[in-house]
Amino acid sequence: MKASNTQWKARLGDRVPDNLAAELDVFEHEIALKKQGKIEDRVFAETRLRRGAYGQRYDNGQRSDGTTTRTLNYPSTNTKGPNTLWDAPGMQRIKIPFGGLNATQLETLADLAEEYSDSIAHITTRQDVQLHYVHIEDTPALMRRLASVGITTREACGNSVRNVTACPIAGVCREQTFDVTPYAKAITYFMLGHPDAQSFGRKFKIAFSGCKENACALVRLHDFGAIAATREVDGKTKRGFELWVGGGLGPVPQQARLYDEFVPEEEILPIAQAIARVFARLGEKKNRNTARLKFLVSKLGIDEFKKLVMAEREILPHDPRWTDYLKDVPHYKEEPLKAASLLQIGAAKPEGFDKWHANNVYRQRQEGYATVTIALPLGDITSTQLRTVADIARKYVKETIRSTVEQNLVLRWVSEGDLPALYNELKASELATAVAGTIVDVASCPGTDTCKLGIASSRGLAGELRMRLASKNAELDEAIGGLRIKISGCFNSCGQHHVADLGFYGVSRNKNGYTVPHFQVLLGGEWTNNAGAYGLAIGAVPSKKIPETVDRITGRYRSERQQGETFQAFVKRIGKAECKKMLDEFTAVPTHDEDASYYSDWGDPREFSLGDIGVGECAGEVVFPIEFELVACEREAFEAQLQLDAGNIDKASKMAYEAMLHGAQALLKFKFLIAPEDPDKVVDEFRTQFFDTEIFFDPFVRGKFAQDFFKAHEEAGTRRTVETAHQLIEEAQLFIEACYSCHARMTAAPAKATA
Amino acid sequence: MSVDPDAVNHINVKIFLAPGATCELDHAIPVFHRWIKDNLCPEMMIDVADYQHVPAGPGVMLIGHEANYSLDNRENRLGLLYNRKAALDGTFASRIQQAHEAALSACDRLEAEDLFRGKLKFDRDKIEVAVNDRLLAPNSDDTWDALKSGIEERFPGYALKRVGEPRDLFRVSITRE
Repeated sequence: MKASNTQWKARLGDRVPDNLAAELDVFEHEIALKKQGKIEDRVFAETRLRRGAYGQRYDNGQRSDGTTTRTLNYPSTNTKGPNTLWDAPGMQRIKIPFGGLNATQLETLADLAEEYSDSIAHITTRQDVQLHYVHIEDTPALMRRLASVGITTREACGNSVRNVTACPIAGVCREQTFDVTPYAKAITYFMLGHPDAQSFGRKFKIAFSGCKENACALVRLHDFGAIAATREVDGKTKRGFELWVGGGLGPVPQQARLYDEFVPEEEILPIAQAIARVFARLGEKKNRNTARLKFLVSKLGIDEFKKLVMAEREILPHDPRWTDYLKDVPHYKEEPLKAASLLQIGAAKPEGFDKWHANNVYRQRQEGYATVTIALPLGDITSTQLRTVADIARKYVKETIRSTVEQNLVLRWVSEGDLPALYNELKASELATAVAGTIVDVASCPGTDTCKLGIASSRGLAGELRMRLASKNAELDEAIGGLRIKISGCFNSCGQHHVADLGFYGVSRNKNGYTVPHFQVLLGGEWTNNAGAYGLAIGAVPSKKIPETVDRITGRYRSERQQGETFQAFVKRIGKAECKKMLDEFTAVPTHDEDASYYSDWGDPREFSLGDIGVGECAGEVVFPIEFELVACEREAFEAQLQLDAGNIDKASKMAYEAMLHGAQALLKFKFLIAPEDPDKVVDEFRTQFFDTEIFFDPFVRGKFAQDFFKAHEEAGTRRTVETAHQLIEEAQLFIEACYSCHARMTAAPAKATA
Repeated sequence: MSVDPDAVNHINVKIFLAPGATCELDHAIPVFHRWIKDNLCPEMMIDVADYQHVPAGPGVMLIGHEANYSLDNRENRLGLLYNRKAALDGTFASRIQQAHEAALSACDRLEAEDLFRGKLKFDRDKIEVAVNDRLLAPNSDDTWDALKSGIEERFPGYALKRVGEPRDLFRVSITRE
């Protein structure tokens, strides 16, 4: 805890806006009350989450060394939420609406990263900034310093409206319908702390895009996604939005449904408010695993959902804020610092400039100006580099900086003639890596590095892939240079693996009596068209074999693609069965004696263990037959995908359900050596032995996967649509993953606590 | 605002590599994990953070509750950095002494590690002291005037020079004369 914490309030004085100052005073009082034991854990946890103060790995006071679990003896016995020790460092998420930043804000972030964190600011896949290893008692001072430069962390986490994202090139994009920035800004501050957005069962994510085709805002994976649209009305061009609702990733990814092809601009805020009210009223509250808006939209159907929203809209009391901002929209524009100029490079062209120009520079719709991307490795930037970017932003542009969902920063409005000088300055601070938007620019969530839900090391793998691909100049490869790789540490999808050409998420497998880190491989996700399609899992590969798997897949695409064939089309043409064959040569795991490297994760020499995410439970000796049975279940789920691709919806649904049934039988057999054959009895027995006892429960989503199985059983034999069959297959895959995890927990060695 | 030396905490001490010494940062990862496992630091250590992918960055860090240790590569100058996070008792001079001693002990331990032995060598006469708290110790002349004697007390016979720009932490380069 910083010695100066108590002095910041007086020092900053009226530089902190009154409303934020009052909120932060309240938060500080809540911290004091929690220390006195006057606030319940559960309540304080949501309180701090709504301020962006999140938990971090090892915050339950336990850390696995690979073979033993040790207790971390923090000085205080207080807690800041269930199983979250007071002194354990946490993550601070900082909302950056539409990614917009100025130089002073960058400098403040630099100072905070240095003083309260580890001198690194991390850009997330939703344009936020995260600081890690932050002490809870430092957060009020940290938040005051942010507030003094116009940044709030309010509702950065928790069951609230999260950061509103938007295209980082909105306003300068050559293909946009119009600049969505003022709308993104308006909805941010309209929904922030809005009474109708305080009673959600889960988070609510909003995104704005200026066009349909590009990926910059990933509208279709959001709860509320708005794409700029215009209509001719009475001879005048009217602005509005194509509105998509109920999208989301996570364990059960769903693409957003089209709510309306055209919501007029004056209706976008009231419709958002009406949706918030419907979501707050009818959304699931008890079971957080089915509490996102996507489940409500699925349950009601888009037509019924829309009817309810429109009914709500009718009775909303008028709020002048719905339209007040619109009078300023026509005048909204960013100003360049320098006059437009053309790029003229003579003999003194800096080394590496062409490559950087090709990958990192975007020619703006405004002639003579460009937007420059600063590609950050794994989204990380040092405090020193942040100050450098601030200086450059003051020197070359009018502090027009934005963060991106690809975990980078952009500088807008660079006069093209300044590009060589700007390049040289960025290069001097090692900020001119020429890989933006290429296969080398791998995106990743924090994974096991800092996230307590992480299963495998997404950042470790991302770093390894980035290094290997860069060493081969893969970004220059005409065939594969433009592919996207995205990695999540678990099924929660913070790395957005579903919308990558090559996506990966962390899982584990029991092999030879050990737990081995693996990644599920997803192919064929569509990054463009605002996250137009989600990839499906092809199979799990040991973590250490992923780089070779990437080489194999990309190599085959390079050599066998047809003229003009996209990666998605290639995957579709060769078929999932053929894709799976490519993985098969990498799935074998040698024994620990033969090659111990398989049994630890990237960048972490400890023997791989799930001990850091859950408490192990001993259930006797390892019984190998279950592993074969679970592999068979995986195969069934995969074959269900093939059937679905072939248009056999009923067969696909039946196979997906049976894969779940067989997974449940496998666990019952593992525990009791025999299992019933009758599906009703399997479900009853599984419910009694694994669900009611919570043995099957995932530390994060609890009983969700079992509930999916029960629902699939209830609905077995009913006709499904392509969409619901697809969802069932996803649920089957996750149920089988949960069977693996349950088995791993049951066979884990009992934790040997050490002081 | 005047600087009160005895209110100043969160001392950082960085000891730079000796000329010709080499350090494979990757090796620090298993070493630091073992330091956690075997309780080799006086502070409670929690985690290892690998920032080798960030140029001129914090390198490989051993994260603790009271302090962080790292093989730090800021400004592309590799060294062992001890970053004291928890407040220490005593005067400013005694806090520098504690931080400096912790950094020296870490250097000794690292040099003795099998993975580093014979290659990694620190120049214990090439040091940087910083204060990781801009409010109590901005990088200004006032801070320099207030803290200089405390630093000299710990490093008699060394040349002291304030470094960095106003936005930086208060930093003093210390070299044997």
